[in-house]
Amino acid sequence: MIEYLRNNHVIVWQALQEHLYLALLPVLLGFVIALPLGYLAVRFPRLYHPLTNVYGILYSIPSLALFVFLPVILGTKVLSPINIVVALTIYTVALLARTVADGLRSVDAVVVQAATAMGYRRTRRLISVELPIALPVILAGLRVATVSNISLVSVGSLIGIGGLGQLFTRGFQLFYMEPILIGVILSVLLAAIADLIIVLVQRAITPWTRVA
Amino acid sequence: MKRITAAFAGLAMSLSLTACGADSDPLAEAPAAAGTVTVGSANFPESQLLGEIYAQALEAKGVTVTRKFNIGAREVYLKALQDGSISLLPEYNGALLAALSPNGVPAGVSSPDAVLAELKKVLPAGTEVLTQSAAEDKDTLTVSAETAAKHNLKTLDDLKAVAPTLVAGGGPEFSERQQGLKGLKEVYGVEFKEYKSLDPGGPLTVGALKDGTIQVANLFSTDSSIVTNKFVPLEDPKNLFLSENIIPLIRTEANNATVTGALDGVSGKLTTENLTSYLAQVQVDKKDIAVVAKAFLSENGL
Amino acid sequence: MNLSYLFDPAHWDLGVTGSIPELILSHLGYVALALLIGAVIALPVGLYIGHTGKGSFIAINAGNAGRSLPTLGLLMLMVTLLGLGLLPVLIALTVLVIPPILTSSYAGMRNLDHRVVDAARGMGMHPWEVLTKVELPMALPVMMSGFRNAALQVVATATVAASVGLGGLGRLLIDGLAVNDYSRVLAGAIVVAVLAVLVDLFLALIQRWIVSPGLKGLS
Repeated sequence: MIEYLRNNHVIVWQALQEHLYLALLPVLLGFVIALPLGYLAVRFPRLYHPLTNVYGILYSIPSLALFVFLPVILGTKVLSPINIVVALTIYTVALLARTVADGLRSVDAVVVQAATAMGYRRTRRLISVELPIALPVILAGLRVATVSNISLVSVGSLIGIGGLGQLFTRGFQLFYMEPILIGVILSVLLAAIADLIIVLVQRAITPWTRVA
Repeated sequence: MKRITAAFAGLAMSLSLTACGADSDPLAEAPAAAGTVTVGSANFPESQLLGEIYAQALEAKGVTVTRKFNIGAREVYLKALQDGSISLLPEYNGALLAALSPNGVPAGVSSPDAVLAELKKVLPAGTEVLTQSAAEDKDTLTVSAETAAKHNLKTLDDLKAVAPTLVAGGGPEFSERQQGLKGLKEVYGVEFKEYKSLDPGGPLTVGALKDGTIQVANLFSTDSSIVTNKFVPLEDPKNLFLSENIIPLIRTEANNATVTGALDGVSGKLTTENLTSYLAQVQVDKKDIAVVAKAFLSENGL
Repeated sequence: MNLSYLFDPAHWDLGVTGSIPELILSHLGYVALALLIGAVIALPVGLYIGHTGKGSFIAINAGNAGRSLPTLGLLMLMVTLLGLGLLPVLIALTVLVIPPILTSSYAGMRNLDHRVVDAARGMGMHPWEVLTKVELPMALPVMMSGFRNAALQVVATATVAASVGLGGLGRLLIDGLAVNDYSRVLAGAIVVAVLAVLVDLFLALIQRWIVSPGLKGLS
C-alpha cells in the first residue's frame, strides 16, 4: 500500500481534491436551497406531506442514473463535474429540506409566542429565535448529507468522474486490491473529518445545548 | 525558425480564444489553457496505458496535459471528444471505423491501410487521426483449452454448430455492435444460448471464462491472460473483426506540429509485441500505469 | 425523454433473461436477502444495546460510520478478495443496511416511556415478558422507520451489482450506458424509483398491521 501511494501520490492527491470538491459543493448549495424549502413546508403545513413525499422519491433515484441523465436534461458535457454536483445537490436538498422543516416544527410554540409578544416580526423571529433553536436538528441532517455525499461521489467513477472512486475502478479492472483499499480508507477518513468539523462547529455555535 | 515561432504564437492565440469562448460556465473546470491537451481513455487498462504514454510523450515536449481516463465505452467517450471534454484518445482503427459507419463497413475493407482510408472519410467534423502504429489489438472470441478440445474449435466457423449450447460474455457493448453479436450472426451464423454482460476484456470476463460461467469470451488479442490461462482465441477467416491498429484520434483544434511530432514518435515505436509485454507489466505484475508508460518512453528513446 | 424502452412489450417478457420483470425479481432478491441478513445481525445487537444501555457509543456512531463506507468501493474490494458471485454483493449491501437498522432499534428501545416499563415490572412480568410484550411493541414504530429507511437505500443502491457483472435493475443502467441507449437508462431509473416507492408502501402496510393500535398516533 505504501509502495502504491509512493508511486501514485499525484493521482491519489488529485482524486482526493476532486472528491472533496464534488462532495462538499453540493452540501453548500443544497443547504442554501433547502432552507427556504423547509421553511415553506412549515409556514404552509398543508405542503409538508406532499413535499416530504417528493423528497422520498428523489432520494430513491439511483445516483448512477442521475449522473447519466443530467447532461441530457441540462445540456452539459458528459464529463462535466456539474452533472455530479447537481445530482448530489438534489439528494442534499431532498434530505435537508425535510430536516429543516422538522427542526422548525420542533420549536416549542410557547417560545414562538413569547417572541411574538416581545414584538418580533415574522422574519426576525425566524432568524433570531426559531432557526437557532432548530439548529441542532438541522445540523444533524447536515452531517448525514455530508457523509452520504462523500460516499456517493465515487459512483461517478462508473462514468469517468468520481474522485476517489477512480481508484476503485482502476484497481478493479486489474483485480488489484491496493488502490481500492486506499480509496475506501481515504473516503471514510474524509467523511469522518467532515463529520467531526460539523460537530465542532455545532458545539461552538449552539453553546446552550451543552448547559442542559 | 522565426516563422515557426510566429505560427505557434498565432496558433496559441487562436486556441486561447476558442478556449475562453467555448466554456463560460463558472462551475466547469478552468477553461483549457492554450496548448493544453486533454487526454481521455476507455475503461480498460490498455487504453489507459496508451493514454498515459501519449500524455507523457506530450509532456516531454513541453505540452500541458490534463488526463481524463477511464471514461467508458466508445459510445460514451466519442461523445466526450465531440463536445470538447477531451481532445485526444488512443483508438483502434477498425473498431472506430465500424462505430462511425451506421450502414456497416464496405465489403473488402480489412487491411490496415484500407481501414485507415475508409476511416478518414467518416471522421466526425473537427477531428482527425494521426499516423497509425503497427501495434494491433483485435477483438477475439476466445475459449478455454478444454472447450476448444471438446468441440474441436479452431475458427469462428467451427463455432456455429455448438454455439446454441454455449454462453458467451464480454462488455455490454459487444452484444449490440456489428463487430460483435450482430456480425457473428450475419457473417458466421453463430447464435449463442445466452450473452452475459460483464466488462470489456476485464477481470470479470476472464474470471467467468476461467470458472466456466461462460464458455466463450470477447477478449482483446494483447490480453496477457490469454497466454497465462492457455485460452484459445478463435481465428476469424472471414475478417469480421477488422484490423485494429492503434491510432491517435485528436480534435483538430488541439493538434499542432509539436503534438503530431510527439504522437508520431510513439506510434512509430509501438508494436503488437512490445504493447503486449508492457501491458502484461500492468495486468500481471500490477505495476503502475504511469511507471510502465515512462519505461516505454525511455526504453524506446522517446 | 424517450420512454420507448420502458414501454416496449418485448422488454416485459418474463421468460427472457434481461427482461424488465426478470431484472426486478433479481433486484428484489438482492434487496430482500440484504435486509434479512442485515436484520438478523443488527436487530439483536441494537435491541441489546438499547435494553442494557451498554455500548451506546457504538449504536450512535454506527449510523454515520456505515454511511461513510462507499458501497461501490466495498463491493469492488470484496470482488477482488472473494471473486465473482453473489457473496460480495450481499456483503456490500448488508453493510449498507446494518447501520439504520441498528441505530433505529437502539433508539426505539432507548426512548421508551420508562414509567410503562416500570409498571410492567411492578405487575410481576418476567424480564422476557417485559421485553416481548412491552418494550418491543412500543419500540416497533421507530424500528420500522429505520427498517424502511434501510429498504429505500438498498433498493436504489442494489443497482451497483450490475457493475460487477450481476443482474438486477442496474443492468439497464450499465448496459444502457455502455451502448449509449438513454431510453434504457431512463427505464432503469424509473423502474428503480417506482420499486422503491412500492417497497416503502408495502412496509408501511406491514407496519400498520403489526404496530399495536394503542400506539397509533404516538409515532
